[in-house]
Amino acid sequence: MPLEKPRRFILLRSLEQLAQGVVNGDKRSIARAITLIENNGEDAQKLVSLLYPYTGKAHIVGITGPGGSGKSTLIEKLISELRRRGKTVGVLATDPSSPFTGGAFLGDRIRMQRFATDEEVFIRSMATRNVPGGIAKATKDAVNVLDAAGKDVIIVETVGAGQAEVDIIKVAHTVVVVFAPGLGDEIQAIKAGIMEIADIFVLNKADLENANRAVTDLKASLELNAQEKAWKPPVLKTVALTGEGIEQLVNEIFEHKAFLEKGEGASKRRKWVETELVEAIKQKVADLIVDDLKKRKVFNELVEKVMNRQVDPYSAASKIVAETLLSAKKD
Amino acid sequence: MSSERKIRVLIAKPGLDSHDRGAKIVARALRDAGMEVIYTGLRQTPEQIVETVLQEDVDVLGLSILSGAHMALFPRIMELMKKKGLNDVLVFAGGIIPEEDVPQLKKIGIKEIFGPGTPLQTIIDFVRNNAPRKA
Repeated sequence: MPLEKPRRFILLRSLEQLAQGVVNGDKRSIARAITLIENNGEDAQKLVSLLYPYTGKAHIVGITGPGGSGKSTLIEKLISELRRRGKTVGVLATDPSSPFTGGAFLGDRIRMQRFATDEEVFIRSMATRNVPGGIAKATKDAVNVLDAAGKDVIIVETVGAGQAEVDIIKVAHTVVVVFAPGLGDEIQAIKAGIMEIADIFVLNKADLENANRAVTDLKASLELNAQEKAWKPPVLKTVALTGEGIEQLVNEIFEHKAFLEKGEGASKRRKWVETELVEAIKQKVADLIVDDLKKRKVFNELVEKVMNRQVDPYSAASKIVAETLLSAKKD
Repeated sequence: MSSERKIRVLIAKPGLDSHDRGAKIVARALRDAGMEVIYTGLRQTPEQIVETVLQEDVDVLGLSILSGAHMALFPRIMELMKKKGLNDVLVFAGGIIPEEDVPQLKKIGIKEIFGPGTPLQTIIDFVRNNAPRKA
């Protein structure tokens, strides 16, 4: 359903109006839409469906790397360079929620406050709300909101990531892995998971001692990668504090964007959509089964059985899924 | 589908203060009380603060000030909040604010002022009991 063109003032009365406001680029509507999605209210999915036809235009850049590598400061300089090139920018900055209290201290935007009043920049802090993977559950849909709002480039900052926080690849077109000298053994810090997801490597704080050594180490370990890849991740040096190397980083980001658009990326894009669809199905199926199950007596019986060690949770789960599928077939 | 409502709070430092220990202590206390707390950092203009309230869609704004410029900065912030239609945000303040200024600040919409030595639990309870329930 096509939405109308800009209206001046938007009362947030209905979902349609909220979606309309987002598409118009109204900041209040964008902010409210993200809140709705974060709180996973009843209307969240409906809102995403309304906005979905307006998405797919933005280039999404993921910034990940260990805590203290300078991600937030780097993003501040990235915004600055992108604005210089006339691009509009959205930022989603993630910090962890406490597993104990559920609270969070969101401090990433401190470094970006210079752009708080820039009409073409929208910055939002998000807490992980205890979802593992380095970004929030709502991140993907929040990206869709900013995309529908017409932002040219959307930057997603992960929590300080070590090895397993690789969910950013499900969201970003271009993944930038940032590291810094002096964070212990740099290569060690990123060896398993996030080493493999980088489209661009950035050694930040390149003015520090041992920077060249770190770059050499990283390049050497990339050489070990036997697989011949169409895109070879470049290794760049930056000093985010002074802005050194930022222009080149933005060049490389657009270089990678062009690479993705040249057909090489078509299969990658298809894979994203596949992942997106599979995740959505999993969520739906799980919700359906669990919601239904909780209403039935058999659930409590199974809990009892597992507690008494009469059955293990996996067998119980298999039984439930099989029964649900069977009853679905009968319908 | 379960709704996962969280109280979101912005702690902001308007003006030219050079330290923010108090602001950080309050931010941390609210975090430990299970809220999502965003901090602006030092030396923010009223425009930056109000824009941040809007973009972060917070329920609560806590202003911390030590410089003595509250009678100039707070009215400007409240005026901008009104202009942007952010009337449903709970605003409180803390720092060095003389007793005689309090009635005027309350009149412009700042719900409570917490001076030095306020127990953290008082602030937590205040925010919990007064944060608006937005959809």
